[in-house]
Amino acid sequence: MNMKLNIKVWRQKDSKSQGGFETYQVNANEHMSFLEMLDVLNEDLVAQKKEPVAFEHDCREGICGTCSLVINGRPHGPNAGTTTCQLHMRFFKEGDTIVVEPYRAKAFPVLKDLVVDRSSFDRIIQAGGYISVNAGQAPDGNAIPIGKERASKAFEAAACIGCGACVAACPNGSAMLFTSAKVSHLGLLPQGEVEAERRVHDMVAQMDKEGFGMCSNVGACEAECPKEIKLDNIAYLNRAYYKSRFSGREA
Amino acid sequence: MNLNSKIPSGPLASKWTQYKSSMPIVAPNNKRKLEVIVVGSGLAGAAAAASLGELGYAVKCFTFHDSPRRAHSIAAQGGINAAKNYANDGDSIHRLFYDTIKGGDYRAREANVHRLAECSVDIIDQCVAQGVPFAREYGGLLENRSFGGVQVSRTFYARGQTGQQLLIGAYQSLSRQIALGTVAMYNRHEMLDLVIVDGKARGIIARNLLTGELERHAAHTVVLATGGYGNVFYLSTNAMMCNVTAAWKSVRKGALMANPCFTQIHPTCIPVSGDYQSKLTLMSESLRNDGRVWVPKKAEDAAAIRTGIRKGSSIPEEDRDYFLERRYPAFGNLVPRDVASRAAKVECDKGHGVSPTGLAVYLDFSAAIERYGRSEANKQGLTDLKKEQIIALGEKVVSDKYGNLFEMYEKITGENPYKEPMKIYPAVHYTMGGLWVDYNLETNIPGLFALGECNFSDHGANRLGASALMQGLADGYFVIPYTLGTFLANEISTPKIKNDLPEFLEAEQKTRQLIDKLLSIKGNQSVESFHRRLGKIMWDNCGMSRTEEGLVKGRQMIRELRDEFYNDVFVPGDNNEYNPELEKAIRVADFLELGELMMLDALNRNESCGGHFREESSTPDGEAKRKDDEFAYVAAWAWDDNQPVLYKEPLVFENVELKTRSYK
Repeated sequence: MNMKLNIKVWRQKDSKSQGGFETYQVNANEHMSFLEMLDVLNEDLVAQKKEPVAFEHDCREGICGTCSLVINGRPHGPNAGTTTCQLHMRFFKEGDTIVVEPYRAKAFPVLKDLVVDRSSFDRIIQAGGYISVNAGQAPDGNAIPIGKERASKAFEAAACIGCGACVAACPNGSAMLFTSAKVSHLGLLPQGEVEAERRVHDMVAQMDKEGFGMCSNVGACEAECPKEIKLDNIAYLNRAYYKSRFSGREA
Repeated sequence: MNLNSKIPSGPLASKWTQYKSSMPIVAPNNKRKLEVIVVGSGLAGAAAAASLGELGYAVKCFTFHDSPRRAHSIAAQGGINAAKNYANDGDSIHRLFYDTIKGGDYRAREANVHRLAECSVDIIDQCVAQGVPFAREYGGLLENRSFGGVQVSRTFYARGQTGQQLLIGAYQSLSRQIALGTVAMYNRHEMLDLVIVDGKARGIIARNLLTGELERHAAHTVVLATGGYGNVFYLSTNAMMCNVTAAWKSVRKGALMANPCFTQIHPTCIPVSGDYQSKLTLMSESLRNDGRVWVPKKAEDAAAIRTGIRKGSSIPEEDRDYFLERRYPAFGNLVPRDVASRAAKVECDKGHGVSPTGLAVYLDFSAAIERYGRSEANKQGLTDLKKEQIIALGEKVVSDKYGNLFEMYEKITGENPYKEPMKIYPAVHYTMGGLWVDYNLETNIPGLFALGECNFSDHGANRLGASALMQGLADGYFVIPYTLGTFLANEISTPKIKNDLPEFLEAEQKTRQLIDKLLSIKGNQSVESFHRRLGKIMWDNCGMSRTEEGLVKGRQMIRELRDEFYNDVFVPGDNNEYNPELEKAIRVADFLELGELMMLDALNRNESCGGHFREESSTPDGEAKRKDDEFAYVAAWAWDDNQPVLYKEPLVFENVELKTRSYK
């Protein structure tokens, strides 16, 4: 079924310019994905020799974490557990006005239109989100048995796609869900325990340095996370953090 | 040109061990002085950059993504093969080697494939140590499952997100090296040319995608890990930004492109639903373990389904044609990818397709749901159940196995695959062809290496499931750290390469001219529309089934389209800004040349092997006919705008006997 939509979208030339909303009409149909609807809009704009709306996207299967967007006020749109690229137009109807904005957070500056800079996430990982093992150093994969439940919990934390919806959803612009997911993924595994104290300390320090806000347990991050990463991870991080502070060891 | 594969002498099983203990080594104090450029940050690139950084080389790594974690390796679902034999079911390095050679329809190099099988074992250890959360048994040990085309369970997996977890592991290792300062990371930078100085690869021209600035980066050697070129078909399961540009610019500088026509068409993808479609989504091969593939026997039933008058579930059992089970009774729904894809095409071409476009077949789980339901009822000691209760029990079992895939299908199509059979159709998924490399993974340009999907090396004419991840990581973690030494050991007294040599300035100038040209055409057609048209030409003439006539015509059509592109494309905006349309235009320009070479390669290879099916070379019942006497070689092409030149590397099989694949 075809539908006419009004797309009210944020346009901003670059990080230094002032941005503002523009409204466009788009002829979409219910089978399109949200990004395909934006493709149609962009093809229209190009046909009129106008500059298309810049937005980031890549795999379009909900796994690379490149797509972002705040759709009608919600990161990745209205559906739970769904990235923008997996959102389909059948959830909208004829005549709707859809507001499309970039993520808004101090640590994610807007680069152009709907594109933001999320490199602060990379720097948080670089601060300690890894296990220090060089290629060639590893013991046999079955040398350390890991209980199915523990492995499963680690996996659920590791499912984070680094899209930043948690930050965009948080009124404080906090990156606690992202950081804690990595801290628990690695901390839950015996391989990662060795560096656990230093890891949590350094990652939290980097997070603060990047200008992310504090966590005040609002829970919006969990609600908007397209991979449904749990708030429990934040509790895990807090425990690990205090432990690292009071262990008496130098972090 | 003489293609020297540099395969070490000696028995197959000891070549790599022998090589490793005799190859030249660069001392640590010299490693610091040697600069290495790695282009790409997927499994092969991130693993290579991290490992080379660990060894102490001065590494620069480039990605066009905003972060190295986004590379398309992340989307791999099923798993990674390794000859661990944890299942105690008779697996071995030799068996993995043999399965890969056979699965590739005898068009890969024995020595490279054997090395791959040897490295597979170390990959799993490495990834576990990095914290990759592989699936485990209750006893805490690693779990394995089986995959298409093999008889053992050797696939390690992390739910349906194996690629993601492996890539994150490599990304974390890379991040650690970035923090340590051994790797300098260049995000949002795209390689637009290769710089050759005195015959050796010494650097690249990269465009900063945020500012449009062209940068000259020099190094002692360049390692490409830039993935495959499936997006030449426009619609594929590749991510939107996957492209051939880095590899193709190297081809334009003299690197050879090997077996470009070898593309893998995956049988189980969600079908195209409209003209606006931007990409296709894969449904994991594992679904064919339980799903039955069929179309209606009667063309009028198929027509009624296409117009929405009837539904698949309403077609009675006797009116269904389970065509894979009918044609291949021994393997049934589990025939390899190439065979399953072609069979689906045959049915749709006969008018039995089941989607409005006519291009879809059913993948039906109703029999599996009922079977699992009965078995579950038995287990729970339940008798006198109604059919609905049995189905409910069965749906639960199927959901435990494939829940995330069924959910994804429903998100995309809006249909419930528990109630209505899934609709699937083949789609381009992987490219076995790529840059020609020798045993060292070095191209014919000294100092230029190619890893992972962007080389042609290990999968022959057809790749087995769960082998792409294996190859990417083997190349990055365990092969290039050794083989790069063969080149760099002779470079220890070469001073730092300067980026203002005339070769760099010239390459930068040429790149600028290309960009200016694309922006100045100011025609009337969008880049996207050219890409879409190219994709259709490729799919129609160089897709699942190829003929001399179609390939000749296709080549001509591409040449015409290329002319039209350079006369009538419209690229908005300018160079000095973030301009995705310009990025796309540069990529499509390269696809417009690669496509022509694929046609030419497919035309030259007048045999059917793996993913390459020439109608002229088939048996009377429509099966593929390989011609080992004429075509047991690697076709390596030197590009030329008018007449590309073919060089042949004969494939020598000393350890396996060439057999006809039969799945009947």
